[in-house]
Amino acid sequence: MKNFLRRLLKKPAISSEPAISNAATAPLSEDKVWDLLEHKDQGKFAHLIVGSALDPGQRRENNEDAVLCVNAALGGADALPFGLFAIADGMGGHRNGELASEMAVRAVGSYLMSKLYKPLYGPEPHPAQETLQELMETAVHEAHRAVKKAAPGGGCTLTAALIVGSQMAIAHLGDSRAYAVYRDGRIEVLTKDHSLVKRLQEMGQLTEEEAAVHPQKSVLYRALGQGATVQADIFTSSLPTPGYLLICSDGLWGVVSEDDIQRIVNATSSPYLACQHLVEAANAAGGPDNISVVLVRAVS
Amino acid sequence: MDFKEGGTKYTQLKKGDTLLDRYEIQEIVGMGGMGAVYRARDTNFKAIRLVAVKEMMSQVTDVAIRRNIFQIFEREANILATLRHPTIPRIYDYFTIAERAYLVLEFIHGKNLEQLLSETQDFFPEEQVLTWAIELCDVLDYLHSHKPEPIIFRDVKPSNIMNTLQNHIALVDFGIAKVFESGSKNTMVGTQGYSPPDQYRGEATPKVDIYALGATLHHMLTLRDPQLEAPFSYGERPINEINQNVTKEFAAVVERALEYKPEDRYESAAEMKEALINVARKTGTLLNLSVPTSSSAIRGVTIKPLWTFECEDELRGAATYHDGNLYIGCYDNNLYALDAANGQFKWKYATDGGIPGKPAIFDGNVYFGSEDKRLHVVSTRSGKVVWSHYTDGPVRSSPRIAEGHVFVGSDDGYLHAVNSANGRLAWKAEAGSPVRSTPFVSSEYVYFGSESGDFACVDFRGDVRWRFKAKRAITSSPVVADGVVYFASMDSTLYALDANSGWAVWRFRLGKGSISTPALAGSLLYTGAADHIIYCIDTRSTKEMWRYTTDHQVTGSPILHRDALYCGSVDGNLYCLDATSGRLRWRFQTQGPITGTPVAHEDVVFIGSSDKKIYAFLA
Repeated sequence: MKNFLRRLLKKPAISSEPAISNAATAPLSEDKVWDLLEHKDQGKFAHLIVGSALDPGQRRENNEDAVLCVNAALGGADALPFGLFAIADGMGGHRNGELASEMAVRAVGSYLMSKLYKPLYGPEPHPAQETLQELMETAVHEAHRAVKKAAPGGGCTLTAALIVGSQMAIAHLGDSRAYAVYRDGRIEVLTKDHSLVKRLQEMGQLTEEEAAVHPQKSVLYRALGQGATVQADIFTSSLPTPGYLLICSDGLWGVVSEDDIQRIVNATSSPYLACQHLVEAANAAGGPDNISVVLVRAVS
Repeated sequence: MDFKEGGTKYTQLKKGDTLLDRYEIQEIVGMGGMGAVYRARDTNFKAIRLVAVKEMMSQVTDVAIRRNIFQIFEREANILATLRHPTIPRIYDYFTIAERAYLVLEFIHGKNLEQLLSETQDFFPEEQVLTWAIELCDVLDYLHSHKPEPIIFRDVKPSNIMNTLQNHIALVDFGIAKVFESGSKNTMVGTQGYSPPDQYRGEATPKVDIYALGATLHHMLTLRDPQLEAPFSYGERPINEINQNVTKEFAAVVERALEYKPEDRYESAAEMKEALINVARKTGTLLNLSVPTSSSAIRGVTIKPLWTFECEDELRGAATYHDGNLYIGCYDNNLYALDAANGQFKWKYATDGGIPGKPAIFDGNVYFGSEDKRLHVVSTRSGKVVWSHYTDGPVRSSPRIAEGHVFVGSDDGYLHAVNSANGRLAWKAEAGSPVRSTPFVSSEYVYFGSESGDFACVDFRGDVRWRFKAKRAITSSPVVADGVVYFASMDSTLYALDANSGWAVWRFRLGKGSISTPALAGSLLYTGAADHIIYCIDTRSTKEMWRYTTDHQVTGSPILHRDALYCGSVDGNLYCLDATSGRLRWRFQTQGPITGTPVAHEDVVFIGSSDKKIYAFLA
């Protein structure tokens, strides 16, 4: 049964190229070339281009943020892009905040890499037994356990993305964020902050102005390492194309407007430079908190 | 048609009559004060577009009066043409023939409130009446704010208010709505019982409509017809004395609208709407606003087919609509071509086996498989054979056409790729077991499942790109959207795989196996299963949004049309559900199991049943 589908009658491929008639050429702007390149083979990505940055900011000496970046492309013509990205932000006020975020990204990374090592890197690559969604769910539980064990009383946010092919599964707890940033200037927040003040604001109990100065602004109602069980938001979606997946801590989104984030990201074709510029913008705005950011783009 | 000069004899139009060679009359849907209202089809569109044709004819001989009637009619047309509001039917056309005048309007599918009143035994739920009241205030406010002159409707009453299938209201019959000329005393129009005293004095102000709305709401809440009571006697019939279920707050708003003196009523429809919204907030019914209650939705409509067509054996497959025609295969071995507008037989083509799938149309030909092991291609126009392709097993999969090729599965265990122009086999991909799933073609790849539970993605050479194994048969046909391929399996699982790599993105457990093909709308995925259930699942979170339980297995596939889901069940019903909430809008019982998939086009939905009949319904 194994190769039952491989016994095939070889025939020439059916051409899907439309015949070019009355073709005309005109100079294309860099943006147009970019868009054409990204639209070509849409959904069939060969690899991911990634940038990341981690900065303590202007007011803090320690760094309670932690970043995980794993990026790989495997295979020949049909290369399968694989990526694993996460940001965790240790909770202020907890002594073990720094340790918690570190443990969280380590646990997520080690669980997923152990599960995916053979399917991806083995001699006969094959899809994993579990779905991306199921893998993420278990990864969050593993991270929760690890944080509770290594940093009792500590807690952290976690926003993690597992990318295989053109699909991503995102797990989210707390008030770090994942965004889709499109080349056409749209920016869309993919996650929902688990912030108490934000929730009160959504329920109409607080105005935006009141929320901005609320003393319990950073209190989370869901976080990793807190409570007996953990309930993360987990969802799957296609990678934003043409555009980026951006993950960041509140040290970025809390001080740089979404519009500015989008502009900085789209101003350069290098995710690495874009991350540097985002950190600079957060520091220029006072840098009150640790700043961490991961930027991912899929290319064919 | 019978036009008689002088207008003494009134003959209604009959089914099949055509006006201006364009509007084909289907049915009388109502009788107005001055003529009938018909449901008609606008044949200018190849698509089935339904319209309401409002006829007005004069039975009076007095020339001056007749001219006046025609002027009213013309005025209605001109007022309507300037209005844009979701609850006001759009006007499409206006003309006169002999002594009859016609207005062509958007067809509103539903019943008027008077019909609902005559059918109900029980009081309407308060939130239902409150929802209607708020919508009515909204449209009255729109009319009263009309520039340059406010429009006073002047005849708000249950028979002029439609309850649509979507459970919204529509204001109909603008026959006497009149541009308000400030200060002028207008002639008396209105309806006894609903009209206020000031209207009898010839006044037409927004307060007239507010009173009539109050009277209508009073009627809806108490079920007491004001036309049978003494005029202006609402004060003697407090709402709560008749119906204790109505909250005091709501009753107070309605009673204020019914004040004898205009100055004691609400100043404007906007003010009354505000008061109603406050009632809804206070009593907590706002939460239920705009959410249709299934009972009222069913009570609102009696479902009756537009037409039916009987074949000689069971219909198990799906129909395909194309260019005004409906093509459907039958277990009497024939493929039928019918006129989609009226179900009239056009031609049939006989094969040597039952036809289980859904025909595909391409370039003037119809493609379909048969249990006689062949893929048949016949001309859509003549029903004459163009070519056929032999496989080594019954063809139960439906053909897909892309890039000049037909892709179809066969029980011989292969996926066949055949040149669509000449029927020459390009290649076939071995699946090892019957391929009954219909292939899906998306960006140069072909996706299909097989009875052994194997799922494959092959390229246009037939080379396997990736494959995936389910625990049991995949008869369900895949759907690819946004880089993800979705399909169900007999192993009771709904799968979402990355279309490029075959990696599973998520899976969802169904109560039992499924051969139903999923339907997608935005991020929502719909499918049926053998556990009798129609599921709605959010593809992002993999959470079940709603489920609807039928009385038997759901082996056919759901389709989405506008904001509704249509799906057949082995219990014999065609179900129409609200796609966002899963609430039942209507269902229709056929005389045999439905295993096929409905097809919808414009205002009509078609379904075949094992009772040998093809049905057409208003969507």
